[in-house]
Amino acid sequence: MSDGNIPATRTEIPVEVVGNRQGMFGGRGTGDTSGFGGLVAPIVLPGPSSRPYGGWFDEVADELEGALEEQGLDPADAIEKTVIDRGELTFHVRREHLLQVSRTLRDDPALRFELCLGVSGVHYLSDPGRELHAVYHLRSITHTRLIRVEVTAPDADPHIPSVVSVYPTNDWHEREAYDFFGIVFDGHPALTRIMMPDDWLGHPQRKDYPLGGIPVEYKGAQIPAPDQRRSYT
Amino acid sequence: MTTHYEEAGTRETTEGRVFTVTGGDWGEVVEAVAKADDERIIVNMGPQHPSTHGVLRLILEIDGETVTEARCGIGYLHTGIEKNMEFRNWVQGTTFVTRMDYLTPLFNETAYCLAVEKLLGITDQIPDRATVIRVLMMELNRISSHLVCLATGGMEIGSTTLMIYGFRDRELILDIFELVTGLRMNHAYVRPGGLAQDLPPGAVDQIREAVKLFRSRMHEYDKLATGNPVFKARLVDVGFLDLAGCLALGATGPILRATGLPNDLRKSDPYCGYENYDFEVAIADTADSYGRFLIRLEEMRQSLRIVEQCLDRLRPGPVMVADKKIAWPAQLAVGPDGMGNSLDHIRKIMGTSMEALIHHFKLVTEGFRVPVGQAYAAVESPKGELGVHVVSDGGTRPYRVHFRDPSFTNLQSMAAMCEGGQVADVIVAVAGIDPVMGGVDR
Repeated sequence: MSDGNIPATRTEIPVEVVGNRQGMFGGRGTGDTSGFGGLVAPIVLPGPSSRPYGGWFDEVADELEGALEEQGLDPADAIEKTVIDRGELTFHVRREHLLQVSRTLRDDPALRFELCLGVSGVHYLSDPGRELHAVYHLRSITHTRLIRVEVTAPDADPHIPSVVSVYPTNDWHEREAYDFFGIVFDGHPALTRIMMPDDWLGHPQRKDYPLGGIPVEYKGAQIPAPDQRRSYT
Repeated sequence: MTTHYEEAGTRETTEGRVFTVTGGDWGEVVEAVAKADDERIIVNMGPQHPSTHGVLRLILEIDGETVTEARCGIGYLHTGIEKNMEFRNWVQGTTFVTRMDYLTPLFNETAYCLAVEKLLGITDQIPDRATVIRVLMMELNRISSHLVCLATGGMEIGSTTLMIYGFRDRELILDIFELVTGLRMNHAYVRPGGLAQDLPPGAVDQIREAVKLFRSRMHEYDKLATGNPVFKARLVDVGFLDLAGCLALGATGPILRATGLPNDLRKSDPYCGYENYDFEVAIADTADSYGRFLIRLEEMRQSLRIVEQCLDRLRPGPVMVADKKIAWPAQLAVGPDGMGNSLDHIRKIMGTSMEALIHHFKLVTEGFRVPVGQAYAAVESPKGELGVHVVSDGGTRPYRVHFRDPSFTNLQSMAAMCEGGQVADVIVAVAGIDPVMGGVDR
């Protein structure tokens, strides 16, 4: 057997597990004798990518890292990881450096991400220490590029710096993310609720906040509320 | 009655005297305000004011006829669509997103489906015919949305003729939508993987005729409004927002293009094969409400061009992805009681194909699974960049769906457009933004 037949050592791909999926049919506590109910599968987010990223991704990453270095900031400190998935480039930025990174992304002539497309909150309930994600999409009209910047914060300390001073458009978007997820954007000029009434308790789009709803009777049968129905996830 | 009302329905609060205007009592209110010693007057417009496009609340601080400060109150139409979608399967999501911005349902559906398809990795497998019909329907929808903008905007400045014209022509398009999707709005026609069903017989002819008829009527808008001195007096230089302001505030669509920047996702980041269509991006250099009006008119003409190109490009073929583990299995047919499940199809899967029955059952009750990850898809809606951020945890339901609705973002620029202007110009500026509260509040 020649050496060529030995499979190359598989490089260790770091993965990010954000939770577990249990069973197949969503039934809990019923007499599931199929055995499938005992299945446990981890939910794995795409891990960090390695160079080369391909296309213009390398250029943007180089420019950003170079610009941060020029400002005396170690890129490895500011950017936790860079993920390429489904043709989209995501920079995971540590929250303490978000403001500087976003200012660089906007102002550097080689980057020029002039347009911020708001912030979208995501709540990963079973990812301890990184429950709250704030996802920013930035568009460069100059270079016709689109990137994503992702920042995390733990539930216990839900603070992320506000980027309103860099992108004023995020004023309402951050208020929305605060309203729905309870992410506190430090430095926002007036972080108040925007959709829910001012005296509302809780943050409705968090995963630990129930959907609510009441069972509905239809043609004599009771249809349970959507979050009470059997789910197949 | 123990409550005592003074003239014009006033009451004292900790924030000052509050007047309740009920109509027909303007003289009394003005008289009472003139007597009041308070210099600062704050007018609450809405949320039930007819010219606020739904339930938008404008809070204006005025000094005489001048607006010194303007703020929006939103959230009156929040229905929790994003949260609700986390409790429905991926296909059911289209029935929710179509209700967001109810004047651009087909854009919402297409943007959502493009994001889901990106997550599934089937973007390349969408049949050509489905993509062409998506473009066709979106461009028709662009015309109908712009027509409502012109119609309501015209009505708000007193041009009821413009309103009648706009809604009359919109009917042409809604008739097509009804023929093709079964509904005038809330279609749920675009589905992950393709379309709910193919164009019905006669649709192509009806669209061709409607395009011809509408094109012959386009000049009426020019004759009625474009050069009309009264119309221009109300719109020119009103609601000014320059390029720097637009980019800072994230304003896209006609507002951004009115500053002279030809930014259109159909050209800069093409989706659904827009790079293969021949059309021009309408721009203006006035950065005001009049420029936005001209852009909308021109975009309707360009949309007509695209619709005709779509009709020429339609080739027979499937309208749903071939992958049977994703494609919605049902077939629809017109029965004696309207549109419903095709009896022939049910007979076939029940009687002859056990596998088809299993697929049908699994997909309808459980839905397909989407691999873990996140995706962003954006389309150029009539109002600007409509972005969808979709996150999947590998299940049969979205983990998170977020819509970056252009109305929501554009509405932020209301304060910049209105402060320092006249009260009457607030209405014109808001009409030029064209916010739809269903999209703003979601």
